[in-house]
Amino acid sequence: MPDSSKQIRNVSRRSFLKLTGLAAGGLVLGSALPGWQRPWASPTGGNSELNLFISIAPDDTVSIICHRSEMGQGIRTGLPQVVADELEADWQKVQVVQGLGDKRYGSQNTDGSRSIRRFYDTMRRMGASARTMLENAAAQQWQVPAGECKATSHRVVHTPTGRSFRFGELAAPAASQPVPGDKDLQLKGSDDFRYIGKPVNTVDTPAMVTGAADFGQDVSIDNMLIASIERAPVLGSSIKKLDDSAARKVRGVVAIERLDGGAEPPLFHPLSGVAVLATNTWTALKARRKLQIDWSDSDHLGHNSDAYLEKLQQRVREPGKTITDHGDVQKALASASRDHEAVYTVPYLAHATMEPPSATAMTTDSSCEIWACVQDPQSVQQHVGNALGLEPEQVRVNVTLLGGGFGRKSKPDFVIEAALLSRKMKRPVKVVWSREDDIRHDYYHAASAEYYRAGLDSDGRVTGWLQRAAFPSIGGTFSAGVDHPAGFELDLGFADLPFAVDNHRSETQQAEYHARIGWLRSVANIQNAFGRCSFADELAHAAGKPADRFLLELIGPDRLVDPSQGDYKYGNYGEPLEKFPLDTGRLKEVLRRTAARADLTLRGDQQSGNGEGWGIAVHRSFLSYVGIATRVRVQDNRLEIMEMHAVADVGLAVNPDRVKSQMEGSMIFGMSLALLGEIRMEDGAVSNSNFHDYQLLRMHQSPPLEVELVDSQEAPAGVGEPGVPPVAPSIANAVFAATGKRYRELPLKKHLSIG
Amino acid sequence: MQLIINGATHETDVDEDMPLLWLLRDELQMTGTKFGCGRGLCGACTIHLDGRPVRACLTPASAARGKAVTTIEGLSKNSDHPLQQAWIKHNVPQCGYCQSGQLMSAAALLQDNPNPTDSEIDRAMTGNLCRCGTYPRIKAAIKSAGQFVNAAGGNEDA
Ligand code: FES
Ligand code: FES
Repeated sequence: MPDSSKQIRNVSRRSFLKLTGLAAGGLVLGSALPGWQRPWASPTGGNSELNLFISIAPDDTVSIICHRSEMGQGIRTGLPQVVADELEADWQKVQVVQGLGDKRYGSQNTDGSRSIRRFYDTMRRMGASARTMLENAAAQQWQVPAGECKATSHRVVHTPTGRSFRFGELAAPAASQPVPGDKDLQLKGSDDFRYIGKPVNTVDTPAMVTGAADFGQDVSIDNMLIASIERAPVLGSSIKKLDDSAARKVRGVVAIERLDGGAEPPLFHPLSGVAVLATNTWTALKARRKLQIDWSDSDHLGHNSDAYLEKLQQRVREPGKTITDHGDVQKALASASRDHEAVYTVPYLAHATMEPPSATAMTTDSSCEIWACVQDPQSVQQHVGNALGLEPEQVRVNVTLLGGGFGRKSKPDFVIEAALLSRKMKRPVKVVWSREDDIRHDYYHAASAEYYRAGLDSDGRVTGWLQRAAFPSIGGTFSAGVDHPAGFELDLGFADLPFAVDNHRSETQQAEYHARIGWLRSVANIQNAFGRCSFADELAHAAGKPADRFLLELIGPDRLVDPSQGDYKYGNYGEPLEKFPLDTGRLKEVLRRTAARADLTLRGDQQSGNGEGWGIAVHRSFLSYVGIATRVRVQDNRLEIMEMHAVADVGLAVNPDRVKSQMEGSMIFGMSLALLGEIRMEDGAVSNSNFHDYQLLRMHQSPPLEVELVDSQEAPAGVGEPGVPPVAPSIANAVFAATGKRYRELPLKKHLSIG
Repeated sequence: MQLIINGATHETDVDEDMPLLWLLRDELQMTGTKFGCGRGLCGACTIHLDGRPVRACLTPASAARGKAVTTIEGLSKNSDHPLQQAWIKHNVPQCGYCQSGQLMSAAALLQDNPNPTDSEIDRAMTGNLCRCGTYPRIKAAIKSAGQFVNAAGGNEDA
């Protein structure tokens, strides 16, 4: 077995020093984040305004803090791997330490596929700074010029004589070296990379295969109670009447407590509910079933997701609010030789992380300590602090491993529940969400309808493009009165049209919220790419051209696109367009490679609707470019995915194996939602409850997958999410090729049985 | 109630209807066996009862009386079951949460059938969900491990 010393450990700065043995003298290097500020060094970690990131102990152990949350994307490997490479550390002697929630790290919000892209440069410079100090320390010991001393594989070697010091031997003297200025930092050339760009094994794997990895659900604290909470089935309703007499009689029940839901907008407030607290989970779950609760009415009681989607489909056919308007779309459509329109829908979706949310809290009058699977520990500090009347600094957040995140665990509602219950009980409380709780009380991916219309000239070229979106905005979860898709959602594959069409207009239509809406892996890119990439395929067919040739024409010449116009400012995933342009050349390259993996001439029997076909879709999101090619077989209305290929340009891939695994996971996540995913609401309440009626793709439905990474030295871009959006349209396009039938409504199980 | 788990005898005082899942996790702090659905739909809680895979969330503690219970913690003595090694070699886990259950289902499969075909693997593993989408790697790892299982023989602690 590889060493398992890389197990998760949460530490504060003080215990970081203790843990890394630095009482005995070693080098500690820290810096302020975000961005790059000159680091500081000390043998004791004196400067408390700055963050510890690397320490080197006399016994050679290099400890590297990971301040981001691990949920399967491999960040606890990826970031330290970058530091270790520049440092010339031996990976076997590196231990990874999980940082606590602390605003001095800058943002720790692990979402938006940005951990590597935001911290890559900083981590390299941290590693290079430490390396330089070790080399300078060696030079001083030997009384030789620093240029003759070179760090390599955990030693500093005096090149002319070959003598060397271990890193550990230099740790103490290096601590008193001046921290190199920016101009004295020599970053490695990419040819010299030892770990960056290499498939380093994930640090947490050994613990995961032995059951030793600790997740939020696994936390256990002395004297802890377990809480299972029955929550209001409809958003906005509260407890009218509670009869808990039967529940109280169950052996092992310690208390039954009410939780008040906040007013709307929903924010991160816990929902109204009744908590059963017991000495073990089974008792809490069992007793909870005996609660008799009458719930008050709510404005959302009349919400029915089928009727709602019907309404959105009608609305998007009517003129809406203009977001961008280029050229003269009306004229282009009026003078087109052919005109095509379509409406696409995607239902509500749930995250369904394999680990249901769970949080443990110990609250006192002046403090609160949390152990939980959270994507954003600082948001926990802030919102738990608010709920308890404490300052964020009084809330200490230990981040466990996350059994999946996908955006769900960046919402701290479940942590606040634990904190409040612990205060009431004056002892530690672990809130355990069941699968039913998770499916019924999520922050859902928005249900959506999108309308597309385009005009073609006699050569089958697009002359005008009109698109209109309606879905409840995530913004409605946070502020009252938001009832249209927001700009930040139109940035995600809607208003950022990469096509060479002179006349195009983007509009939104009204869509009010009736449930908590949140971000789910790739967010609005899901519906936006489904609409855009399906519609482009429809147009290719209308134009009588192969999909790849049509798309290459539609994307047009190599160029950099800036989608901003008037009041609409394109967000570009929070990054400057200069560093991460919207580059049609890269999109086309991915398109060519994707098409090369498919046989776009393969057609099934359009009469019987039986046969095989390929579909492709390409989409830029999170600054990466991903193409998906899918081969399907349809026989007697039964759909089987035969194979799927991803071609991804994510810029520099720090850990290619983890990039590939994220693409594999994205394909499977995308298949789940394209084929099976649908949350339904009736009378305001979610009618699904567990994996039998909110289905996920299973192994027998999972086809062979292939991933091709475009070799790139461009800045590292997003990896965790951009594989998802093109999956659904590539499948719908393949089904069209196989059957001649166009499905514009997800999931496809509404129309076909899924093999 | 007396139970034999991973070869060791445990005395417990819990309701007989308490599923093994909660007995393991809450009473014995053996948290390698995971809670995913509580209804036999996800496989995250898979353990072995006398070598056969069962869902711990649906198996009352009383059903384990007189039987050998094996959990992920007891799959091998030195974390070196051929499947555990194959899992590391293929870098299978993403978030890791489903992996205990995947390994226990796979171990039961290989015990009967060291060289399973793709569809035999599908059949044995279809009850184990992985939201992160590690299926292709699980399949590859099972295939590569099969050849070592024979040689290793029954290496469960139970
Ligand atoms: S927890 Fe037992 S099968 Fe899901
Ligand atoms: S590895 Fe995350 S659910 Fe399987």
